[in-house]
Amino acid sequence: MSSPRDGGTDWEMVIGLEVHVELHTRTKMFSSAPNNFGDEPNTNITPTCLGLPGSLPVLNERAVELAITMGLALNSEIAPSVFHRKNYFYPDMPKDFQISQYDQPICVGGWLELPQGKRIGIERAHLEEDTGKSTHVGGGGGRIHGSDYSLVDYNRAGVPLLEIVSRPHMNSPDEARAYAEELRAILLATGVSDARMEEGSMRVDANVSVRPAGTDELRTRCEIKNLNSFRSLGRAIAYEAQRHIDLYEHGEEPTQETRHWAEDEGRTHTLRSKEEANDYRYFPEPDLVLLNPSREWVEDLRARLPELPAQRRAALREATGGEAADVAAIVARGLDRLVRGAVAAGADPGRALTHAGHNLSMDGAADLDPAAFAALIGMEKAGDLTATQAKTVLAEMVDTGESPEDIAARLGFEAMDTSALEEMVERAVAANDAAWQKFCAGEDKVQGVFVGFVMKETRGQADGKAVSAILRARREASR
Amino acid sequence: MTAITPEEVEHVAVLARLRLSPEEVAHFTGHLGAILEHAADVEALDLADVPPTSHPVHLENVMRPDRVGPTLDRDEVLAEAPAAQENRFRVPPILGVEP
Amino acid sequence: MSAVEIAAKVRSGEWSAVDVLEGHLEAISAREDEIHAFNLVMVEQARRAAAAVDDAVASGRDPGPLAGVPLALKDNMCTHGVPTTCSSRILDDWKPPYDATVVTRAVEAGAVVIGKTNLDEFAMGSSTEHSAFGPTLNPHDTTRVPGGSSGGSAAAVAAGFSSLALGSDTGGSIRQPAALCGVVGVKPTYGLVSRYGLVAFASSLDQIGPFATSVADAALMLEVIAGHDPMDSTSIPRPSPDISSHLDQGVEGMRIGLVTELMEGIDPDVSARVHQAAEALTAAGAVVDEVSVPATLYGLTAYYLIAPAEASSNLARFDGVRYGLRVDGPDTAEMMIRTRSAGFGDEVKARIMLGTFALSAGYYEAFYGKAQKVRTLVRREFAAAYADHDLLLSPTSPSVAFPLGAKADPMSMYMCDVCTLPSNLSGEAAMSVPYGTGAHGLPVGVQVLAPAMGEVEMFRAAAVLEAAAPSDHDGEEGRS
Repeated sequence: MSSPRDGGTDWEMVIGLEVHVELHTRTKMFSSAPNNFGDEPNTNITPTCLGLPGSLPVLNERAVELAITMGLALNSEIAPSVFHRKNYFYPDMPKDFQISQYDQPICVGGWLELPQGKRIGIERAHLEEDTGKSTHVGGGGGRIHGSDYSLVDYNRAGVPLLEIVSRPHMNSPDEARAYAEELRAILLATGVSDARMEEGSMRVDANVSVRPAGTDELRTRCEIKNLNSFRSLGRAIAYEAQRHIDLYEHGEEPTQETRHWAEDEGRTHTLRSKEEANDYRYFPEPDLVLLNPSREWVEDLRARLPELPAQRRAALREATGGEAADVAAIVARGLDRLVRGAVAAGADPGRALTHAGHNLSMDGAADLDPAAFAALIGMEKAGDLTATQAKTVLAEMVDTGESPEDIAARLGFEAMDTSALEEMVERAVAANDAAWQKFCAGEDKVQGVFVGFVMKETRGQADGKAVSAILRARREASR
Repeated sequence: MTAITPEEVEHVAVLARLRLSPEEVAHFTGHLGAILEHAADVEALDLADVPPTSHPVHLENVMRPDRVGPTLDRDEVLAEAPAAQENRFRVPPILGVEP
Repeated sequence: MSAVEIAAKVRSGEWSAVDVLEGHLEAISAREDEIHAFNLVMVEQARRAAAAVDDAVASGRDPGPLAGVPLALKDNMCTHGVPTTCSSRILDDWKPPYDATVVTRAVEAGAVVIGKTNLDEFAMGSSTEHSAFGPTLNPHDTTRVPGGSSGGSAAAVAAGFSSLALGSDTGGSIRQPAALCGVVGVKPTYGLVSRYGLVAFASSLDQIGPFATSVADAALMLEVIAGHDPMDSTSIPRPSPDISSHLDQGVEGMRIGLVTELMEGIDPDVSARVHQAAEALTAAGAVVDEVSVPATLYGLTAYYLIAPAEASSNLARFDGVRYGLRVDGPDTAEMMIRTRSAGFGDEVKARIMLGTFALSAGYYEAFYGKAQKVRTLVRREFAAAYADHDLLLSPTSPSVAFPLGAKADPMSMYMCDVCTLPSNLSGEAAMSVPYGTGAHGLPVGVQVLAPAMGEVEMFRAAAVLEAAAPSDHDGEEGRS
């Protein structure tokens, strides 16, 4: 952002994101209780989930696999890692400590490439357990402040989390959103998480600071929590950065703190916890042992990585020569494999991109047979189908799975030969003599009258462009 | 070795969620001080090159398969709770958000 | 009464488990008021369990290797539906919804759980005086402590209330009370016995083990509870060792080291017995010499930083939210403070305070970090000693049982563990074997130490010592 005010300083935002994602496992991180969202309260619990005296944690192998998979997708190094205890009292947390990786996380370093090409550094990604959930009752209407009491459900306690920490490499709300969206796309592509912000299975916190543009200093940052959508992420960052700029420009400094985004007010609030300074007293969790994934395991997971969004975008651009934004949108909608398959089967890349970009928003489109899609484009290019017909056939193909040839035949979309069209145009001219005179006088806009006539007569099957061509040819001839 | 002060004892009590009477603060200041005095012989050791031991047995990669196992009976668990309501554990108002 | 004998006779149908149980219940009625070994005697449950064992025998089913053997459990092991108190007010007669692995295994082996025994609150202590429910007294002299923290289990076996008992040992809490009560007590190799369901004191040090009146009984009990448990990540992935069939193999040719540093500051009556024990082992064909393990001198300090640090975290969960005591307050934080301040006893508070301090910002490296390094030294030096020794030998406790209230100063109480805690720091095996009596005719225990998974050799030496133990004076009381 640049905000050239009185002083004339240009400011640049410095943004890093901490993203917590719930891993898509059957069971919890350290116990065999189901990891299911939305079940009856306190049903998915074992002694370990409740932190009952005597209970012990045992690590879920699948959670580790998903963490490694995500690390590989983010170009991280997979390192030997140690679980620590992070000690603090909170009723959501059954043991009053959280098991989390601390100074030896499982994924170290790495980067993520945004659709527009910028690489955002990854600091680390580490495994930890989720907390339970409190419902605040009475007083302030479901809010924590002023409630009469709270009710705690531990179904979520112990759900496996991966916390992915970026480096402060983003410089605008749009970049932060793009990063979060790309991260989500990778999570979905790899099956690591269902990454639903509205269900809390993907939670984004933003570290925001500003600095004079062109410098590389890192100034005091604030951590913004309670960002429940990509939209709030963008808004909150913009708000917070402006707050910092205003402070600096009034000769003040922001304080390093955690702030809470209030979506309805469109601003952030300070969140001061009650009294004590945070002293989490981290120490190695004695009930868990070293996690040291073997090279074979890591390589096996690498070999099983699906094609990732960035690779898919690159492949689609290469196959079609499409614009970055169009290609990114098609990949985001999961239609890139269809387009690439069709192009490989000989389809015109431009038509394939156009259809994928505009005519395939319905469910099931991604499952279309690329060869059939290519055949449809071929028919269209050959003039056997008009653009409108092609769109109709495409929808039918997704719906019924029939071949484009069969659908075209069933709908009576036989290619209309030129003589039939010419005959139709003659009738149109005959029926609209006044318009024809205007057209001959150079008023091209009245052309619609004839095209409309032909379309009505042919129930939309005529090719509008062909009709125009015949009209222009007739005008030339009559001059 | 650092002697512990009554102020530190009070700070530690806050971290540990304990409330100490003035007599207890005095008592624990002496008690902890006596133990920390003995820690002086450890402090004198040169252990720069010695790695820490956090586990007495050297095991690694202990994991379980991602299979659902039995869960607890909710009513049995909630019967042991100091307060329960609507199948949840009831607590007094929570002031302040999670740190 | 011998567990080996009870199990054999119950299995053969010669004795009934119900009769065995009733005999022990009579012993309890006779002296429990005086000794207070139990927090709970499970009369009805035990009667049902004994009858079930008898039914199994009558119908030809295998009742298991501990058929009909009365077993007392230290009251920090979870028992499904039966109060588990850790001798603390904060648990408020909490009834766990699950059994500890050791309980499941013992019951499946046919043991009859007879009750839950008293302990120093949360196993923090060496005298069983720090129980919220009052002290346990030594069956040999009820003006004296039974040792601790598993004093109730040790006293229950010594008084003939139970044939076997289980305890937990974090710094000596099985071996020291075993020595003071004149029974056998074993701290197995860390990871040999599952900790699942043991209310944790210091997770990296805690280990469950047996109390028995004989080495053979202790071996039988250990075989039942040992072996891999997938519920405990630190459980060694090996089956339970066969100890019993090796007990009579002696110590011929074994090299056994008497630990120099652990003979310092020991009462002369005790050290005299340890020297006699060394002679007995020599007479049995072992080569006994002195070996120096200097890091054991720093062990006490390391132990008194590591154990409280882990405890401060393990005991955080007692917050009045999910189970146990709650002292209400206007908000949750205040409720937690009131609950914990009212629910924990002084000794527990002291350790929580010490441990919280040792882990806190700015002190971690100086205290906890350094202690973990001392732990490495202890391990290294034990490894060096075991490079040319099969076993090590030392006193179990610096003194015989002391009078109640004798160790009001915390450091003097902590010194009780000086011989035992090095094995907890190293995670290695050790056991206490009664070896005659010392001052006031009170029992003396000798400690046999073994490297990790060295239980078979350790038990062989213990069997030799048991056979050679002087049977002068008393010390026979309770050894039915």
